[in-house]
Amino acid sequence: MSAATDYTLAELCIVAASRAFEKDGEVLATGIGVIPRLAASLAMKTTNPDLMMTDSEAWLLSEPNPLGKRGKDFMQANETWMGFSRIFDNVWSGRRHAMLGPTQIDRWGQTNTSALGGTYEKPKVMMLGARGFPGNSISHPNSFFVPGHSKQVFIEGECDFVSSIGYNPARLPKGHKLDDVDIRLVVTDLCVMDFGGPDHQLRLVSLHPGITAAQVQENTGYPVHIDGEVPVTAAPTQAQLDIIAALDPHNQRAAQIKDNPPGARG
Amino acid sequence: MNKQMTAADVVAQIEDGMTVGIGGWGPRRKPMALVREILRSDVKDLTVVSYGGADVGLLCATGKVKKLVFAFVSLDFIPLEPYFRAARQSGAIEVMEIDEGMLLLGLRAAAWGLPFIPTEVGLGTDIVSRNPGIKVIDSPYDDKEWVAMPALKLDVSLLHADRADVRGVCQIAGPDHYMDDWFARAADKTFVSCDELVDSSFFHDPAQARLVHWERAATTGVIPIPGGAHPTSCAPLYGFDVPHFQAYVASAKEGGIQAYLDKHLGASEEEYQASVGGLDAIRAIGMPVY
Repeated sequence: MSAATDYTLAELCIVAASRAFEKDGEVLATGIGVIPRLAASLAMKTTNPDLMMTDSEAWLLSEPNPLGKRGKDFMQANETWMGFSRIFDNVWSGRRHAMLGPTQIDRWGQTNTSALGGTYEKPKVMMLGARGFPGNSISHPNSFFVPGHSKQVFIEGECDFVSSIGYNPARLPKGHKLDDVDIRLVVTDLCVMDFGGPDHQLRLVSLHPGITAAQVQENTGYPVHIDGEVPVTAAPTQAQLDIIAALDPHNQRAAQIKDNPPGARG
Repeated sequence: MNKQMTAADVVAQIEDGMTVGIGGWGPRRKPMALVREILRSDVKDLTVVSYGGADVGLLCATGKVKKLVFAFVSLDFIPLEPYFRAARQSGAIEVMEIDEGMLLLGLRAAAWGLPFIPTEVGLGTDIVSRNPGIKVIDSPYDDKEWVAMPALKLDVSLLHADRADVRGVCQIAGPDHYMDDWFARAADKTFVSCDELVDSSFFHDPAQARLVHWERAATTGVIPIPGGAHPTSCAPLYGFDVPHFQAYVASAKEGGIQAYLDKHLGASEEEYQASVGGLDAIRAIGMPVY
C-alpha cells in the first residue's frame, strides 16, 4: 500500500510509535495516553496480532477497544480478568511493553514523573509521584512518547527525581548490567529516537517530514547521536489511517499535539 | 458476631499518630464517608497509606496527615491532585514515595507477618536514594542486590464495598477490587463501609460469593452507608462524579478547602449527601468510558 499524502502529525506519530510493538510477540502492550494507546492498538490490529491489551480497567481484550464513548450495543472482547493487582504479576514476569509520557527524560534515559525544582522535601512543582515507573523500567521494555520535544523534557542535567532506571552507570545496581535496561523507541513531535548510540547515547532514528537534525539537537538538552544519513519517518498508509480512524472515532488524536499540525511540515 | 457500627464508632477507634490504610484507587471506590468522618473529628498526625485520590487531598488539606506513603496521588481524568500538591510544595508532609507494586508488596509483607519482601523494583531510582527507611540488601542466593520492601503494617484500614452482611462478609461487585484484600489483611482493624447491607443468605449463590475477596475474620466493622464512596465510584452502582471533582479542583484556586468544606462536609453524611443532590443523584452517575 502506498503512503498517504494527507495525514496529521498525530497520525504519523501513532504509526511511528506502533513500530515499537512490532517484534514484541505475545506481551501486554500498555499505551498510556491517546497516541501511545492508538499506537499499541494499531500494532495489535496489523503487525503484531499476538499483543495483549487491557480495557484500561480490569479486563484483558482480544481486540482493542475504540477510544471514548461506544455504542449501546458495543460489547468489548474480554478474554480474562486483569485487575490492577494482576498487572504486577505480569509486569514482574517481564511480558509487557509500556509506552508512557514522562515529564523529563535525561541523557541516561532516566525519567521523572514526580517532582520538579526546589528540594525533595519541598518541591517547586509536585506532579503524580513515581507511579509504576520504577517497576516498569527494571522489569520490562519501555518506550516513550513526547508531544512537545523541548529542553524542558530532554533536560541538560539529571532528572530532578529519578522515577525510572536508565543507562546511568552511577546508579547501576550491584549485579546488574546496563544492557538489562531496555528502552525501545522515543517518539516525539519532531522525530523518532532510541538509546542505541555509543554507550547507550540517545540516537536519532528518523526525522518527521520537514524537520532537520539541527532542530532536534536545538531542542534537546544533551547530544543526540546522529549516524550518517537519517531517514524520514515513513508516512502512514491509507489502510493504517483507516484503522486509526476506526479505533478513534471521536478524533481524540486531534487534541494531542499543539494545533494538530499536518504530518509533513516546512 | 454482629460487626455493624457507625462512622463515628470507626473514628473513635482511630488515635492520633496511627497508620491508616485507605482502599480503592485514585477516583475509584474510596471509603469517602469514613474519610469525611475523620475530617469532622480532631484526629491528627496520621500516617496515610493509599493509592491516593481526593481521600489523600482532603486529609492533607485539613492537616490530618503527618506522613504519606504513596506511589501517586491523582484523580486520573484530572491528573494532578491540587491539595496533595499544595501539601508537598509547602513541605507540610513527610513522604515515603514508592512504586505502585512496592506498595502492594509492603501490604503483603504486613499481611504475611514478614519484615520485608525482596524485589528489584526501585533499584537505580530515587525510590532507594530518597527513602532512608528502605534498605538495599545482598541476596543469600545470588550476587545481586535487592530492595527489601518493608512491611507496611497498618493500625487501621478503611475500605468501601458494594455489599456486606453484619458479620463482615464484604462483596466488591465492580470489576476490580484493587488491593483492598491486602489492605484488609495488613491492618489490625479493618472497617468497611458498604452501599448495601445484605442478609448472609445473599452469599449462598456462588456467583455472589465469588466476589468476596477476603474472609470475614479480616473485617472488624461494617458500616452501611449507601452512596458512601461519593464522589469516587462504586462500580457497578455508580461512577465517579466528574463535575464534583472539577469543582473540588477549582476550589484549590478559588475559595480554598474551607469553602469546599463549608459547602459540602456538614455535620453528618446525610448533610453531605443533601449538598450533592442526594442518594438518587449519586446512584444516577454513569460509569466512565476509557
